[in-house]
Amino acid sequence: MKITLGAVVKGGTSLEYKTGAWRDERPVIHMALCKACGQCIEVCPDSAVYVENEEYGIDYDYCKGCGLCAYECPTDAIEMVHEEK
Amino acid sequence: MVDLQVLEGSEAVAFAVKACRPHVISAYPISPQTHIVERLAKMVADGELDSQYVRVESEFSAASVISGASAAGSRAYTASSSQGLLLMTEVLYASAGMRLPFVMTGVNRAISVPISIQVDHQDTISLRDSGVIQFYVESSQEAYDTHVAAFKIAEDPGILLPVMVCMDGWILTHSYEPVSVMEQVEADRFLPPFRPINFLDVDDPKSWGSYAEENVLMEFKYAIHAAMNYGKKRIKEIFSELAELTGRNHGGLIEAYRTEGAEVILMAMGSVVGTVKEAVDALRSEGKKIGLVKIRCYRPFPYEDIWNAIHGAKVVGVIEANFSMGSEGALGMDLKAKLCGRRNAPLVLDFIAGLGGREVNEGTIREIVQRGMEAHKRGIPLEEPYWAGLDPTMLTQGG
Repeated sequence: MKITLGAVVKGGTSLEYKTGAWRDERPVIHMALCKACGQCIEVCPDSAVYVENEEYGIDYDYCKGCGLCAYECPTDAIEMVHEEK
Repeated sequence: MVDLQVLEGSEAVAFAVKACRPHVISAYPISPQTHIVERLAKMVADGELDSQYVRVESEFSAASVISGASAAGSRAYTASSSQGLLLMTEVLYASAGMRLPFVMTGVNRAISVPISIQVDHQDTISLRDSGVIQFYVESSQEAYDTHVAAFKIAEDPGILLPVMVCMDGWILTHSYEPVSVMEQVEADRFLPPFRPINFLDVDDPKSWGSYAEENVLMEFKYAIHAAMNYGKKRIKEIFSELAELTGRNHGGLIEAYRTEGAEVILMAMGSVVGTVKEAVDALRSEGKKIGLVKIRCYRPFPYEDIWNAIHGAKVVGVIEANFSMGSEGALGMDLKAKLCGRRNAPLVLDFIAGLGGREVNEGTIREIVQRGMEAHKRGIPLEEPYWAGLDPTMLTQGG
C-alpha cells in the first residue's frame, strides 16, 4: 500500500474505514424483546443498525460500541457485552 | 532595471505578494495585524491586484480560507502575528498534513501575558513543529525577496508545504528602508503559475486530509519530514536562482559571516542579525576572532550547513528571542541536539535576548562574547541558558 499526498482520497470512500475495531463493548439485540420501533436506527451515529427480513442487526464493521442504542431502547432489548479478542 | 523605493517593511511585503499574483488573500484585520494586509486590501480595492480578498472574523478562519483556497488549486496568502498566529495553529498543522503550498507572513511579536506589541520570536517558534517551512529575515529587502522565493519553494512538486516568512514586528514591519522591487515581467519569469497536483473538483470528488489508522499515520508524518529534508537542497537552488535574477544574494539556508578562523561564533536570526554583524565587525577590528551564523531557514533545520560553518570554533553563542519555559531556547536546543556526541564539537551556550522588544545592542553582544570566552577558558558553561539584560532585582518572591 502506498500513502497518498496530503491524505487525499477519492470522494465517497469512507466505507473503507472499518471503525468497528475501536469498540470495547458490543451491542447484542435480543429479538424476543424487540418491538421493532426503530429508535436504535435513529440514534446510531454510525448508521450501523440495520433491518433485514424484519430482523434487527448490527454492522460490527462500523459499530464503535457507544451504547446509545442500548440506552435508548424502550424495551431493553439491546445488551452491551464486553468485547474480547 | 532596478526600481529602488523607500518602503515601510509591511509595504515591501505587500509589493512582494502582489508580484506573486495570489488568487486569494484572507486576513483578520484587527490587532495583532500589520499594514501588510491593509496595503494588499487597498491594492485589490483599487484594482491594482486581481485577487479575491476575504476578510474574516478570526485568524483561525483566515488560515482556513487560504487552506481551502489552496486545496481548490489557488495560490493563497495570509499574514498574522502573535496571538493571531497561535489561533491559526490547528489549521497550520492540518494544512501541512494536507500538503497545501500557501505562503504566510509571521510578523514576530511577543505573546501575552503580559500584553505587548513589541517583537520577539515566541509566536512563530511555537509553530516550529507544525510542518510549515520557516524562514527568518534580517531586512525589508530580504523580506521582499524571501516572500517571492517562498511561493516557488512552497509549490515545488517535491515539497508542497506551507511556507511562513517570519519578520520582526516594528523593527522591520514599521520602519522604512530602501527596497528594490521586481518588475512584474521579471517576477512572472521566476514564478510560473501554480499547477496543483490535486485540487477540489466537482467532476472528480476527492476528500482532503482523510482518516489514517495506526498502521499508516507514521508514514504520513514521515513524508512531511522527508519533504522538508528534500527541501533543503531545493530551497538553496531557488534562492540562488532568484539571486541571479535580482543580483541580491542573501545566502542559502544560512549566511556565514566572517566565520573563517573564528574562535567564538554567534548564531542568531531575524533583524538582530544586523546589530550582531556590526558588533562582529567591531570585535574583528580589535583583533578578536569572532564570526556569525545567521539562520535564514529554521525549518527544515540546516544543521549540515551550520556544522560546516562552525566547525573548528571553540564556542557557539546562540542569541535568541524565544524560550521554552522550564527548559531553554529553541535554537540552542536544536543545535545542541545535533552536536551532542559529535567529535570536536564547540561548546554551545544559549543566550536569551530581546524578549518583548528588549534592546539588544553592541554592548549586549560584547557581554555575550565575553561570557563565551570565559566559559571556554574555564571549560564549563557559566549560568546557562543566560538571560542577557535581565534585572533579577525586579523579580518578586516566587520568581
